[in-house]
Amino acid sequence: MNTHGELATYNFAYLDEQTKRMIRRAILKAIAIPGYQVPFASREMPMPYGWGTGGVQVTAAVIGPDDTLKVIDQGADDTTNAVSIRAFFQKVTNVAVTTSTRQATIIQTRHRIPEEQLGENQILVYQVPIPEPLRFLEPRETETRKMHALEEYGLMHVKLYEDIARNGHIATTYAYPVKVEGRYVMDPSPTPKFDNPKMHMSQALQLFGAGREKRIYAIPPYTEVVSLDFEDHPFEVQTFKDPCALCAATGVYLDEVILDDKGSRMFVCSDTDHCENRRNEGHHGHLSGQALEAQQ
Amino acid sequence: MLQAENTSVYLGGFVQPVFDAQTVFRQVMNAMARPGTITRFDALTTPPAPLISVTGSIAAALFDHDTSVWLEPAQASQPALTGWLTFNTSTKIVAQGFDADFAIVTDAGALPSLESFAQGTQEFPDRSTTIILQVESLDQGPRLVLEGPGIKEKAFISPSGLPDQFCEQCSANRQRFPRGVDLLLVSTQGLIGLPRTVKISRG
Amino acid sequence: MYVAVKGGETAINNAHRLLADRRRGDRSVPAMHLEQIVEQLGLAVDRIMSEGSLYDCELAALAFKQARGDMIEAIFLLRAYRTTLPRFGYSNPVDTNRMHIERRISATYKDLPGGQLLGPTFDYTHRLLDPALMGSQDVETPVTKQAAEQSTPRVSQLLTQEGLIESDGDLPDDHQTGDLTREPMEFPMARDVRLQALSRGDEGFLLALGYSTQRGFGRSHPFVGEIRIGEVDVEIDIPELGFAINLGRIRVTECQMVTQFQGSAKSPPQFTRGYGLVFGQSERKAMAMSLVDRSLRARELGEDLTAPAQDEEFVISHADNVQATGFVEHLKLPHYVDFQAELDLVRRMRSEFEAAQERDGNAGEDLEAAE
Repeated sequence: MNTHGELATYNFAYLDEQTKRMIRRAILKAIAIPGYQVPFASREMPMPYGWGTGGVQVTAAVIGPDDTLKVIDQGADDTTNAVSIRAFFQKVTNVAVTTSTRQATIIQTRHRIPEEQLGENQILVYQVPIPEPLRFLEPRETETRKMHALEEYGLMHVKLYEDIARNGHIATTYAYPVKVEGRYVMDPSPTPKFDNPKMHMSQALQLFGAGREKRIYAIPPYTEVVSLDFEDHPFEVQTFKDPCALCAATGVYLDEVILDDKGSRMFVCSDTDHCENRRNEGHHGHLSGQALEAQQ
Repeated sequence: MLQAENTSVYLGGFVQPVFDAQTVFRQVMNAMARPGTITRFDALTTPPAPLISVTGSIAAALFDHDTSVWLEPAQASQPALTGWLTFNTSTKIVAQGFDADFAIVTDAGALPSLESFAQGTQEFPDRSTTIILQVESLDQGPRLVLEGPGIKEKAFISPSGLPDQFCEQCSANRQRFPRGVDLLLVSTQGLIGLPRTVKISRG
Repeated sequence: MYVAVKGGETAINNAHRLLADRRRGDRSVPAMHLEQIVEQLGLAVDRIMSEGSLYDCELAALAFKQARGDMIEAIFLLRAYRTTLPRFGYSNPVDTNRMHIERRISATYKDLPGGQLLGPTFDYTHRLLDPALMGSQDVETPVTKQAAEQSTPRVSQLLTQEGLIESDGDLPDDHQTGDLTREPMEFPMARDVRLQALSRGDEGFLLALGYSTQRGFGRSHPFVGEIRIGEVDVEIDIPELGFAINLGRIRVTECQMVTQFQGSAKSPPQFTRGYGLVFGQSERKAMAMSLVDRSLRARELGEDLTAPAQDEEFVISHADNVQATGFVEHLKLPHYVDFQAELDLVRRMRSEFEAAQERDGNAGEDLEAAE
């Protein structure tokens, strides 16, 4: 009865070579046309659509035995889906993995860009749920494709301006649209707009994979990435009142953590590697001492 | 490096297809992402002349039965060369540049007009030809200045053997953005990527 | 007193162990064999193969068992395996005229060549729970007859003789059949790719859409021209041999919906077709598929586009249950970075709102004081 004894043998990096070639060709075109979404025949992956299948396919097409991989979700290496994707690549590639931003050659991410500036030998792979920045203004692919073709982005500006008229400011806080190299309006994936400036003139190559929506796009290194705004309402990023409670970092993105049922809360670095490094370097936030006491 | 003449269409492909293809792709990707940088890899294939190993390796890494490739008429009539490509990659060979996903040009001085290749459409600019252009060298020719995405400020390259009107052709190609072709300059030294975004001037 | 949450890996491993335990259930109850699933839960296996788009009863049964009976999870498992399989080639179109028929009914003719064959259907069962099935009592041997040797013509062919039904598709002879698992989707779709998408599509979604056309959202006056269930041969051309070889038989359900069409600027009055074909025995799915297929031909036939079931991009983009479940369920992944950004914004807008109210309220008091 059992003819499926070899069911569990998979190629290096899971994907078959033909699929890798297809994805690799799409990546090359994506790099040549910064910000343009290249359609690709996304495959079913062994994790659900919407859980990083696009990022996983891009990483799988790019990764080689000499790479060192870091996977983060919400800026953290230890969130369950990051752990799961990292374990997947360990299993199917056996490459070195790390939590250190500095040591990684490929960083796959969901929702954050690391705080530490990335270097020329690094590739940042984003998991993208909805690659089309115009999708919530126009649900039809046939229409949005025309808009990109004609560079017709008036609708996006109208939407942002309506925000200003209603609220006095732009009410988009994440997945904040950018314009790449003066041509394509692009969705930076649901990163907080805090991270948008890091995309501009990045030393690292940035690749974006949307598995369910079957799109790959890219920003080459040293490429102009401008967040959309208006002269009288310039783009600005979120700021936090207090520094990180653990490492005292300022100018970084913080997560709000609720400490008890009375609603007391603290703010800590969302980038766990950055926070750990700072603490190892001797920086202490106002709650880090207490955390140490609690452990003793 | 010198290359052994390969007489069999069945020989001279990747020895370790999975890892060799990854190595080659990664260098092609780096070249495309950082125009002006010369990227290199070992001689992983031995295609029949006049193809050089770098060209053969790029073909082996990226071509398959879903792709089409245009060859110069002089090469398209060589069974050893077409046989090697089709046996090792399963690619289709097409007669018209505008039908081609890839083109291999071995006589760089006689590079056809870039406009004669697939440019993609305004809606699908990715459906355009990537041209693999074999040049005499990557660093012995007149200096060219590159600017654009992937380049910090300016990059300088000195390939030799390019046609006279190369800069003008590239400039016209850039004017068509987002449509346009992408080029890979290859020699035995490695490769330089020239995506359609790159601005080239004589320097 | 804060220690960051760690140990995601241990938590995941423990969750998997617990899942395996719950899947097995009470150890004193014998574990299910795949043969039992294939033989006794055959329609579940059929649906998994159909929407998983891989014909392999045993693997579908394994997926069903592994998924604890969750159909979409099982379909997902089968798809994720299918995608890793190498392609050796494409078979010739199956010829359902030459089907080894087990069930064949037509609602448009009382009797017709080949006859009406009820086959193994729930249709006229009274839906009364049968206590006898709680045990494992013997089942009577069914009454069968030798299948007819000649092929049974399809109802659509009978109508074709009269010239009253449109021709069976108009793709050119050299048309390369599309494959949406290998090429990126693009709208508008060719009908072959659209049919593939529908055949893989979620039964419940297509059922609801088909139902909506019957209730007036894009009405198409359908009749079941024919439903046939049975086995067909799968053949592949081997260029080296110069002829086709038989790879084996698969069971399929085919539905041809015949719909009245009053004519438009593009087409004369005639009967039009809606087509459904799925793996295994799944009449509901094949019928729903044929309704939706017909509905999606509205543009081609020059009908007004008014209903959801006529909207190709809407229907096809949302018909895949593996995609849909992934994206809906991804909402349970952490989103706290984005939520933090929204919290900040809502707090800010709230305080602006309250400040404005206070201003207005004060202004009101001043006004009263003045009076």
